Amino acid sequence: MIELRSVTHAYGDRPVLHDLSLRLAERRIAILGGNGSGKSTLARLLNGLIVPTSGTVAVDSLDTRTDGRAVRQRVGFVFQNPDTQIVYPTVEEDLAFGLKARKLPKDEIARRVAGALERYGLDRYRHQPAHQMSGGEKQLLAIAGVLVLDPAYVIFDEPTTLLDLRNRRKVIELLRGLPQTVIVVTHDLDMVKDFDRALVLEDGRIVADGPPAETVPAYIERLG
Amino acid sequence: MLGLYLHRESVIHRLPAGVKLGGLLLVTMVVLALPGAWGALAAGFIGAAALVTARLPAGRVLAELRTPVVMLTLLFGFQSLLAGGGWEETAVAIARFAALILLATLVTLTTRVMDMVDLFEWLFGLLRPVGVNPAKMALMLALTIRFIPLLGDQVREVRMAQRARGVERNIAALFVPLLVKILTMADDLTAALEARGYDPADSGTKETGTKNSTQR
Repeated sequence: MIELRSVTHAYGDRPVLHDLSLRLAERRIAILGGNGSGKSTLARLLNGLIVPTSGTVAVDSLDTRTDGRAVRQRVGFVFQNPDTQIVYPTVEEDLAFGLKARKLPKDEIARRVAGALERYGLDRYRHQPAHQMSGGEKQLLAIAGVLVLDPAYVIFDEPTTLLDLRNRRKVIELLRGLPQTVIVVTHDLDMVKDFDRALVLEDGRIVADGPPAETVPAYIERLG
Repeated sequence: MLGLYLHRESVIHRLPAGVKLGGLLLVTMVVLALPGAWGALAAGFIGAAALVTARLPAGRVLAELRTPVVMLTLLFGFQSLLAGGGWEETAVAIARFAALILLATLVTLTTRVMDMVDLFEWLFGLLRPVGVNPAKMALMLALTIRFIPLLGDQVREVRMAQRARGVERNIAALFVPLLVKILTMADDLTAALEARGYDPADSGTKETGTKNSTQR
């Protein structure tokens, strides 16, 4: 479970999140909100990429402030733009990057990379340069690069924003089938309709929290 | 010379990166030591044999030589004009370097970046006593190779956006948005590296604590 206790975050003297207290225990959670509402900051707080200005964020009782590395091993993060998170030039090498950073044995890395290539339909791109792939294929690689690390939680920051309809559908299907706890920051209201919980952020405060059937209409209403 | 890995099932592809790089170094020394055109001929012969053995498409590999050969021709042509010397000497110098560039291209086309990075990480490890962090240097090498085509895309994108707004050639109009894009990209990349388990404080030899900032 991920728990936020009285979390406030500011960039310089610009406050972004105000006194949030939350317990995130459901399997599918959506974070909704307009631009600048603080939802991406909230997502980055959940895996310790940033630590709160005040308050604490704990993942399975591990504090992101003191156990950042252990937290990031439990919580995977998929960014909006796959181009900036693909580190190595070819698909196979990039999948191995995170495993290598964890200093896993070579045969274990090879086994897990081969499994990921097959599972996410990337086998035929194995030796292909990432920059020659389409946007959808790159997003799939970025997701696979996180899932190959076998995290218990996966956070997606607007995973379908840059995709066409076919690739959007592909990513949504992939998210639905994941055994992990999934937290998605999105504007894609259709994607979250069967989620367990949706939070709506506005000006760094939670203004709606509950099943999407209740919170999504409330969000649409607030948008005007 | 920064040709990306091209996968084929061949003996040359299977050779360890260290053997290929060591071989390249050895051939370079021999080529530069041999007099006249012999060095260029020897390197050209080795290059052709390696090209066939590695089962690489000759057209694509030779296309990679076009730009360096043009640059070499200009360089040695000017040198020949300014310092004197016959055209034979100039042609031999161009052929020598073109043959060496061919061999270097073959090394990069047949070696996975990760294998090359592992080798450089080991080599940089020798400099650890003077404060060099081999893991950081190796990552820098991998990122350079990965981001060159990406930066090319960014340049093209900014140029197109400028043209669409009627600006044809303006260095400042290109440079400023490009710089902003690169800085944003660098920021996102740093976060992504951290999210994927890379620890900048880790020298590759020991576990260290995690550093977090309150702002990004």
